[in-house]
Amino acid sequence: MTVSVSLTVNGEAVSADVEPRTLLVQMLRENLDLTGTHVGCDTSQCGACVVHVDGESVKACTVLAVQAEGADVKTIEGVADGDTLHPMQQAFHENHGLQCGFCTPGMIMSALDLVKNNPAPSEKEIREWLEGNLCRCTGYHNIVKSIDAGAAAMRG
Amino acid sequence: MYNFEYRKAGSVDEAAGIVGSDEDAKLLAGGMTYIPTLKQRLASPTTVVDLNGVGGLDGISADGNGVTIGAMVRHAAVAASADVAAAIPALADLASHIGDPQVRNRGTLGGSIANNDPAADYPAALVGLGATVQTNKRAIAADDFFTGLFETALDQDEVVTSVSFPRAGKAAYMKFPNPASRYAIAGVFVAQAADGVRVAVTGAGPCVFRVGEMEAALAANWSADAVAGIGIPADGLNEDIHASAEYRAHLVTVMAKRAVAKAG
Repeated sequence: MTVSVSLTVNGEAVSADVEPRTLLVQMLRENLDLTGTHVGCDTSQCGACVVHVDGESVKACTVLAVQAEGADVKTIEGVADGDTLHPMQQAFHENHGLQCGFCTPGMIMSALDLVKNNPAPSEKEIREWLEGNLCRCTGYHNIVKSIDAGAAAMRG
Repeated sequence: MYNFEYRKAGSVDEAAGIVGSDEDAKLLAGGMTYIPTLKQRLASPTTVVDLNGVGGLDGISADGNGVTIGAMVRHAAVAASADVAAAIPALADLASHIGDPQVRNRGTLGGSIANNDPAADYPAALVGLGATVQTNKRAIAADDFFTGLFETALDQDEVVTSVSFPRAGKAAYMKFPNPASRYAIAGVFVAQAADGVRVAVTGAGPCVFRVGEMEAALAANWSADAVAGIGIPADGLNEDIHASAEYRAHLVTVMAKRAVAKAG
C-alpha cells in the first residue's frame, strides 16, 4: 500500500508514491534521486542526513516521508546557485573542511541552520552546534574553521 | 521497519479515539525516539497516528504560578522561550541540552514524557519541579505520572496536552551525557521547588526517581557539600556497555553536587 506525498524540494514541486514506513531520506534518495543527502548511522546520531524542512534542520533518517506532505524541503543539491557554490560550500572547499566528504552535506545543512539564527557564531557555539554531526576524518578543526569563514562570507 | 497505516490526526479527540479503539495503534509526536524504535522493529503498530498539525498543543504561557507548555512544543522552542527563561531558567537550560540541534527541532515535551525513556531529560524536570501533566482526561502529578521503564500512568486513550511547571527558587540540571546520543547516562535535577526541595534522577535507573536523603540534606543546607557524602545504592540501577550500575550510582552524587553548584 502506498501513499502519494506532494512537497516542494529545492524550490520544485514534486511528488512520490511511498509506503507509510518510508523515511524522508529514502524518498529523497530513492524516489527523487537526490543522493547528496547521505545515510550514515541511520540511528539519528551522525547527522549525514541533515536537510531543512520548512527552514529548520532535521535528520531525514528520523522523519517519515509522509510527514513531509506539503513541506518545503531543502537538500544539499539546492544550496548552490547554479555552478556557483554557496559561500558556505566555498568555505569548506577553501579551508579543507572535508576529507572523505561523507559527512559534508549534513555539516553544511546544519551550519546553514546555525548561521540563520546566529550570523556570527563563536568557535564554542559552532562546536556545540555540531554535536549532532559526526565526522570520522578531520578531527573537526577544519570544519569549524570552514563554518566560521562561511558565516563571515555570508555576512558579506 | 514493519509497515503500518499512517493517519494524521485532526484533533486530540480524534487521536484519542483511534488509539482508544485499537490497542496496537500508536501516537507519533516528534518521533525522535519512536521512529528509531520502529526502525529496530521493537514495535509493530497497526496504525501510527501523527499529532503534528493538531491545533492547540504548541503554546507556551507564563503567569505568576509558573509556565504551561503544550505537549507538541519542540525542545528548541522551550530552549529559546523568553517566558520559560524568565520563569524557570533551569528548564530552558535543560531543554537546550536535549539531544542535538536537529533532535531539538523535532522532539516534543509530550512525546518525551509519554515515552518515558529511562535516559530522557524531561522526566527529571517534571519530577524535580513537581510539575502537573494535563491530558485530555485529567491532571496527573509528575510524581504519579512516571511509573516504570517506558511506563506511565497514561491510559490507552489518553493524550498529553500540556505540562504545567511551578516556579522554583534555585534550580539546575546537570547530566553526564552519552557522547554520541546525548541521552543522560545519569542526570540530576535539583530545585527549591514550590513544595520543598526536590532531587530527581534520570538515566541512572529504569525510571526517574527522587533521592529523599539528598532532599533532606539540601533543605537543611543548600550547598554542594551537603550532598557530597550521600551515595545511592547501585542495586537495580541500569547497566549497559556505556556504564555499570556502580558507575551510574557514583555519577548521581557527582551530578547532584554539580547541579547544586550550578544553581548557586
